[in-house]
Amino acid sequence: MEEKKKKKRREDSGYIFNRKYEPLIYLLPFAIGLLIFTIYPIINVVIMSFKNGYRLSGSYNGIGIENYTYVLTNKYFLSAIKNTFIYVFTVVPIATILSILIANLLNQKIKGISFFHTAYFLPMVTSAIAVGISWRYMFNKKFGVINWLLGLIGIGPIDFLGATAGVAPYNMLTVIIFGIWNMMPFTIILLLSGLQNIDPMYYTAAKVDGASSSTIFRRITVPLLAPTIFLTVVVNMISAFKVYNDVIPFWAGKAGALGTNLYTMVYWIKETFYSKLRLGQAAAASIVLFIIILFFTMIQKYIQKKTDY
Amino acid sequence: MQVKIDHLTKKFDDVVAVSDFTMQFDDGKLVALLGPSGCGKSTMLNMLSGILPVSEGKIYFDEDDVTNMPPQDRGVGLVFQNYALYPHMTVLENIAFPLEIKKVDKKEREEKAKEMAKLVHVDQLLDRKPKELSGGQQQRVAIARALIKKPRLLLLDEPLSNLDARLRLEMREEIRRIQLETGVTTIFVTHDQEEAMSISDKIVLMKDGYLQQEDGPQELYDDPANLFVANFLGNPPINNLTGYIKDGYFVLEDDSGRIKVNNENAKENQQVVLGIRAESALIGTKEDHDLEAIFDQQYTMGKEELAFLKIGNQQIRIYLSSDYKFQKGDIVYLKFRSKGVYLFDKESGVRI
Repeated sequence: MEEKKKKKRREDSGYIFNRKYEPLIYLLPFAIGLLIFTIYPIINVVIMSFKNGYRLSGSYNGIGIENYTYVLTNKYFLSAIKNTFIYVFTVVPIATILSILIANLLNQKIKGISFFHTAYFLPMVTSAIAVGISWRYMFNKKFGVINWLLGLIGIGPIDFLGATAGVAPYNMLTVIIFGIWNMMPFTIILLLSGLQNIDPMYYTAAKVDGASSSTIFRRITVPLLAPTIFLTVVVNMISAFKVYNDVIPFWAGKAGALGTNLYTMVYWIKETFYSKLRLGQAAAASIVLFIIILFFTMIQKYIQKKTDY
Repeated sequence: MQVKIDHLTKKFDDVVAVSDFTMQFDDGKLVALLGPSGCGKSTMLNMLSGILPVSEGKIYFDEDDVTNMPPQDRGVGLVFQNYALYPHMTVLENIAFPLEIKKVDKKEREEKAKEMAKLVHVDQLLDRKPKELSGGQQQRVAIARALIKKPRLLLLDEPLSNLDARLRLEMREEIRRIQLETGVTTIFVTHDQEEAMSISDKIVLMKDGYLQQEDGPQELYDDPANLFVANFLGNPPINNLTGYIKDGYFVLEDDSGRIKVNNENAKENQQVVLGIRAESALIGTKEDHDLEAIFDQQYTMGKEELAFLKIGNQQIRIYLSSDYKFQKGDIVYLKFRSKGVYLFDKESGVRI
């Protein structure tokens, strides 16, 4: 009898062990990957940003906040922050608004709509760099199709890609236009699926009451689409803060016509890291970027919570 | 407002949903469009509201021909089956929205919305969002929203089907109360005969796009035009005994019994169905009875018992007072009242 009880207790404890630790074993493969490839690099960047050192040799000398004071007083990094902000706060709103309008049009029952679906989604499956190179020709001051079109309505020619007398006023515009074009397909896909989730009953109800299509769009479509709009704004803003790809094709890998006028944060970090091998400073700049993105994401989450219904 | 429908037909490609309907809805009445699913009752409602275009025929609101008029000009209030309350607006905004569309000044429309909310008893919930309301409350808000622009005609699509049994009872009385209080001509769609019977002034019974019968609930129950109407109305459903006519008698199909029928229209050897309401079959005596039946089983329904009996190879359900105690296999002598017993042609279902 006593023996049986003991045996049972042993079985019980085995059962509890399984219940407690078995799930952990299943999670382990993924957790290890996450630790090595995500958590460790993040921690390493944080540590690196407080160390002074130039090489990957591991022979750092000194620990402190010198890297931060350096990047936050560096003329080029400050202009990179400025450029990034200009980019984010023009590209994201304009791309979002245009995407809402286009998604709404694509949501109509029109003949040949699938052609437009494909046409608008095409940029998503093309390489930004490859397409960017053809954009480079389109932006050309003398031969570009954009200036030709602008010429037809009496504007220009605009020197999108060049610089005169040490200033390049239109370089930023070029990147912004390209950025909007790049951002829209993904945004349209998300918004379109959001639109298709809206019960058509609401439109019928409003129509029976005599609502015009602009009233329906403003008072019903947009509010019901708001959760999806917020999602796209958050995702797009995060990716826009990390802008790098959009600068590369136009000036053969340089940051603007003057070589330094279009630094973005990621561009500066990349250059500091790879070209100058100033790992500590690059790490500190990365942390600054991370904090900025985190800040804006938190704000958006707060707003999103308030508009939830 | 009086609604007149003149030879109304709706076709979806080859399918005829509503076929050659001619009828009239009287001013200030509550009318039920009743029928099994797929009978065309919702199609009919959508044509009245203007959501669906008409294939043939005309619709008149009083003297106005509204057949090709867009929904917003018809002055109809529509309550959807799942209410279609705008989830991002509060109750007040939802009710006021039709006036907002009409660009009524904000103060005025909120005042009117509050009035409407009071009428349907949701004036305590004005700041809530639809998802914070129960099904019954959502229904009330939907009705208030439909009524706020003072429609000439109120249309309700399956207004009670999304509610649980208790709320259904409560809401159907509420709909009746609101309709009587406002006096608005109301048409509602339902597949539930009990719902239609209990609150409407008139029932329009449809099947496969055709009008079966239109009349007051009691008239429809007491005087069905055909077998479908008799079968559709009433719970428990009417009993059907099949047989034929011989020498002025209705004879069961297996010749196990016969009843004298006083019906001049019944032809000799005509195949017929005898419809008997459960409450029209009484217990008789051996000396005075119409049919003999064998007791099978019984169910308690609260105030009375529902007994299942066998007549030849057919079955019949009757109400049984609890005074009677029968055992399975006992012989029961049935005596039929004249009311609630009908003869139908077996083939066409038409009342004889």
